[in-house]
Amino acid sequence: MTHWIIAPVVLPALLAPFIVLAARYHIGIQRVFSVAGVLSLIAIAAGLAWQASDGTIILYQLSDWAAPFGIVLVGDRLSTLMILLTAVLALFVILYAIGSGWDKRGWHFHALFQFQLMGIMGAFLTGDVFNLFVFFEVLLIASYGLMIHGGGNLRLRAGVQYVLFNLLGSTLFLFALGAIYAETGTLNMADLAQRVALIDPAESVGIRIASVMLLLVFAIKAAVVPLHFWLPSSYAEAPAPVAALFAIMTKVGAYAIIRVYTMIFTPDLDVTAGLHGLWLLPAALVSLALGMIGVLAARKLDRLVAFAVIGSMGMVMISISLFSQAGIAAALYYIVHSTLAAAALFLICDLVRAGRAHLNLTAAPPVSGAALTAALFFVAAIAMTGLPPLSGFVGKLMILDAAFDTPLAVWTWAIILSASLISVVGFARAGSVLFWKASAETLPEHEGQLPSPRPSVLSYAAVGGLLSLLILHTVFAGPAYRYADATAKQLFDPAPYISKVLGTPGKLSTPKEGH
Amino acid sequence: MELLVASAIGILTAAGIYLVLRLRSFPVIIGMSLLTYAVNVFLFASGRLTVGAPPILGDAASYTDPLPQALVLTAIVISFGMTAVVVMIALGAYLGADDDHVDDQAPPEADLKAEDAT
Repeated sequence: MTHWIIAPVVLPALLAPFIVLAARYHIGIQRVFSVAGVLSLIAIAAGLAWQASDGTIILYQLSDWAAPFGIVLVGDRLSTLMILLTAVLALFVILYAIGSGWDKRGWHFHALFQFQLMGIMGAFLTGDVFNLFVFFEVLLIASYGLMIHGGGNLRLRAGVQYVLFNLLGSTLFLFALGAIYAETGTLNMADLAQRVALIDPAESVGIRIASVMLLLVFAIKAAVVPLHFWLPSSYAEAPAPVAALFAIMTKVGAYAIIRVYTMIFTPDLDVTAGLHGLWLLPAALVSLALGMIGVLAARKLDRLVAFAVIGSMGMVMISISLFSQAGIAAALYYIVHSTLAAAALFLICDLVRAGRAHLNLTAAPPVSGAALTAALFFVAAIAMTGLPPLSGFVGKLMILDAAFDTPLAVWTWAIILSASLISVVGFARAGSVLFWKASAETLPEHEGQLPSPRPSVLSYAAVGGLLSLLILHTVFAGPAYRYADATAKQLFDPAPYISKVLGTPGKLSTPKEGH
Repeated sequence: MELLVASAIGILTAAGIYLVLRLRSFPVIIGMSLLTYAVNVFLFASGRLTVGAPPILGDAASYTDPLPQALVLTAIVISFGMTAVVVMIALGAYLGADDDHVDDQAPPEADLKAEDAT
């Protein structure tokens, strides 16, 4: 049994207290450790992804207790892909935070950042639904701290909403888990998959309720309309690097839906037939439409990006709710794209703010050095709206293709295509107002307040790095799609996963298998 | 006993949801606490209700499921910590804005510029 798979959880968990306790007053040391931690996370995640890429299921039994008695961490193609994506995103975000000085504007940025990574990594790797809840809480409580990093009234108020909404979500999660445990007597995902399949459809009330409550919880995380209300103000008010990191948090919800609803409550299961399949796709379509209309209607750039996130999550959810191999594969390709594009856009928001002091979409005096920012915005907007040649376009094609012979294909195609058009108009409007339409008024006098300094080279490098990853994701779309397709294939054949988790001997396993 | 526990969970949840919908910090936080109490009792009951039985497998004829008790402990600790966090953040927001509404009040047009300058 290799211990590497727990490293993505343990490493940030050790690093964060070290940063708080030992390097409290030394921002330089904090930065070094934080970046080193993220770099080693990338190395570990890449190693795990390479190990899982041939279809191996990596199993880690904590304290050697056999599943379903102990907690297990499981790494398959999907989990390792997601932790690799998280680690890579974290690197650029932390570089931007350092480059822009955001990490100095309040206490404990790096420690909270590491705790946040610990929670996200754990949520992707765990093979136990209650443990998933615990890791959700770890990532949430760190995100509460990060969200209000730097302070300010507006941010605190948005923080209150964000915290309360997520607390309600957590309570609902616990209700769902209690109901699942009462019905099945287990919380291990592989064990649940077996036991839920055995439930008599005549006595399935409890498990049906639990399945829908669980979907609601994940839909809150994934910001599916009508459970998206927490997202716009909290993402818009959060510090830019934090909002960029939060781009992966909505994907945690999408990941949980993929995991639970392809393995436990599978689409062809009699007990929960006709529950989520019925309304998840319409809800996703509405999310996409509403997100892109929000892009067009937004009066501030950060809100615009937040609505673009809702729209792109709608796109991901459309693809997931097809519950077919092609659909999940397209969703995975799009998840990688949308995470990187959303993070880049949030960081670009901050670059824009550095020159203008606010993000209102109104004409303002021209800013020196805005050309580079404008170019970056142009590339990121092309990616986000799904125009050729970048990966958004490729991902959208895949989703359209996957939805081609489904009953709601006409609606899906119509909404995806018109939402794209709306978002193109929205981003074009924002870009032209911000970068072209300079007003003639002179700069307002700064009374005792220095104009904000030009963003550092490192900030530009971090955004450029994210955008170049998007370009790579487009150039290598073929291999990336094949990998996503293999991942989806593995998800729809959960038998090896289940037998690996339940069949591996450990403490408390049945005597003939154990020692 | 089932009726008692079930109605206790129901009343706690109903009261909690009502208070959360009040949309001011203090009632909302109290409501959240009531909801977490409700969910704790619910989790506890998910291992079936037994009286006076040990939570271990032994020679005794009846036993109670120990796992929900462990789950409840985890849930209590987490909800306690979360409530502390939300109290602090809500207090900060209240002291800063002198207003304890948790929903967005549309700012007047004139304020838009001023708030962005911060």
